[in-house]
Amino acid sequence: MAGFEFELPNPNTNDPKTVFGEADLVRRSASSVPEPAKRLTPVAKLIDVSKCIGCKACQSACLEWNDMREPVGINRGVYDNPEDLTPNMFTLMRFTEWVNPETQNLEWLIRKDGCMHCEDPGCLKACPAPGAIVQYSNGIVDFVHENCIGCGYCVKGCPFNIPRISKADEPKAYKCTLCSDRVAVGQGPACAKACPTHAIVFGTKDEMKKHAEGRIKDLKSRGYSNAGLYDPPGVGGTHVMYVLHHADKPEIYANLPNNPRISPLVEIWKGAAKYVGLAAMALFAAVGVVHYAVEGANVVKPEDEKAAEKLTGSGRR
Amino acid sequence: MTAYDVEPGDAVHPGDPVKVDRYTGGARINHWITAISLILLALSGLSLFHPSLFFLTGLFGGGQTTRAIHPWIGVVLFFSFSGMFIRFWKANLWVAEDGTWLARIKDVLTGHEEKLPEVGKYNAGQKAVFWGMTLLILTLIVTGVGIWDVYFASFTSIETKRISVLIHSGAAVAIICIWIVHVYAAIWVKGTIGAMTRGQVTGGWAWRHHRKWLKELIGGMVVKP
Repeated sequence: MAGFEFELPNPNTNDPKTVFGEADLVRRSASSVPEPAKRLTPVAKLIDVSKCIGCKACQSACLEWNDMREPVGINRGVYDNPEDLTPNMFTLMRFTEWVNPETQNLEWLIRKDGCMHCEDPGCLKACPAPGAIVQYSNGIVDFVHENCIGCGYCVKGCPFNIPRISKADEPKAYKCTLCSDRVAVGQGPACAKACPTHAIVFGTKDEMKKHAEGRIKDLKSRGYSNAGLYDPPGVGGTHVMYVLHHADKPEIYANLPNNPRISPLVEIWKGAAKYVGLAAMALFAAVGVVHYAVEGANVVKPEDEKAAEKLTGSGRR
Repeated sequence: MTAYDVEPGDAVHPGDPVKVDRYTGGARINHWITAISLILLALSGLSLFHPSLFFLTGLFGGGQTTRAIHPWIGVVLFFSFSGMFIRFWKANLWVAEDGTWLARIKDVLTGHEEKLPEVGKYNAGQKAVFWGMTLLILTLIVTGVGIWDVYFASFTSIETKRISVLIHSGAAVAIICIWIVHVYAAIWVKGTIGAMTRGQVTGGWAWRHHRKWLKELIGGMVVKP
């Protein structure tokens, strides 16, 4: 049956300790890494919004795999539970009731929110702590908690409002890891494994794009003429992509950004400001040194002291 | 009648050389608390500003503690500087001769003080430092609270935080530059540092650099034996 061809292979049991390491990094926050000798194949998670039934199995699987607990919340009159992403809840079904103006049909849009694993990650660009955010050559963006200082700069860098800072004594940033620990051993993410309708599938980015094409063709044949793939170029594409039945207006899916990009404010802060700032301070210091070297000290002369003595009437004349 | 720039505690001691009281003990303690806070803030702030300076977090016990302590030092600086503002604002009001002094900045830098107008307790450069620091500290505390996410994360939107963090960095760079000018001036103009350590300058120093102030002190009989 079409759509089920992405049943994931069994894990590699020969070397169960395999994890992504320093050799797989293409980006490392506030530091640089050498070009990796061997690049991994880019991977992607594809979320087909049109196949999602809103069961939240992905949320449960995410909590389970990451060994997180979300306290029992309260009903706020909507299906979203918890009401927002939290430091424990890395993924969240966001429900939108939308009346299609063309058909007057009520459409129930359900989008699985979470880290998009941008090819050009704003969180990583904003992070001041060396090695607290890394990007592997397969495209996964991961937070390395022992290096995280809890400053929240990643929150400002992210175009999708994803990272959440814990309230612990040593606060740290949390988000979806794309199950990098599972992917490293040949498994797909826990959410994809748990999804009963295969709305979430995982594979190489090329495979996922090809799979999306088939899904889009199917949706178009059913009257969704604007069906399409969400792989926003403003952030260099993402390693989590959506198939949307209304790809021309992603914002109807609980404010999915139409053309996400790293905020220009963040680009200035992490680009020009850094260099101009250091240069300005160095220039002021250098001018001081040169001025002293050229002009010498400004010294009080004996005649100044005499003038002051004369003025106070205490001088020896 | 007391001139605008004569501050409580300012006094002349006739002798050889003449000594002039410039800063009270309270003012000096106030200044040094502010100075230490500013230096600690610059070091901790710079460590998060540029990756090449992240090693400075080691001075504060690591990245987490640097992140935690920086805003609290900012609060100390804000209140400490507020004390200095209350002490010094009046003597730093802009007056006519300040414009003339500033227009002849070339003579200032080349040491031709005979060509400058006689100035009060603070010259236009010192006043610019004072008001620059005042405006920047206000900017830094407001934008700083905006990004103090441990306590105030929910009070500002992410877009506001982005604006805040950019202004905060820019203001921090500006205040460090002003601080460099401030420290350099104190080193370049010999006899200045004593004003903030022992509280006194010599009569000759006051005659050379702040003649109007010296004349006001003597004319106003603020003379102590």
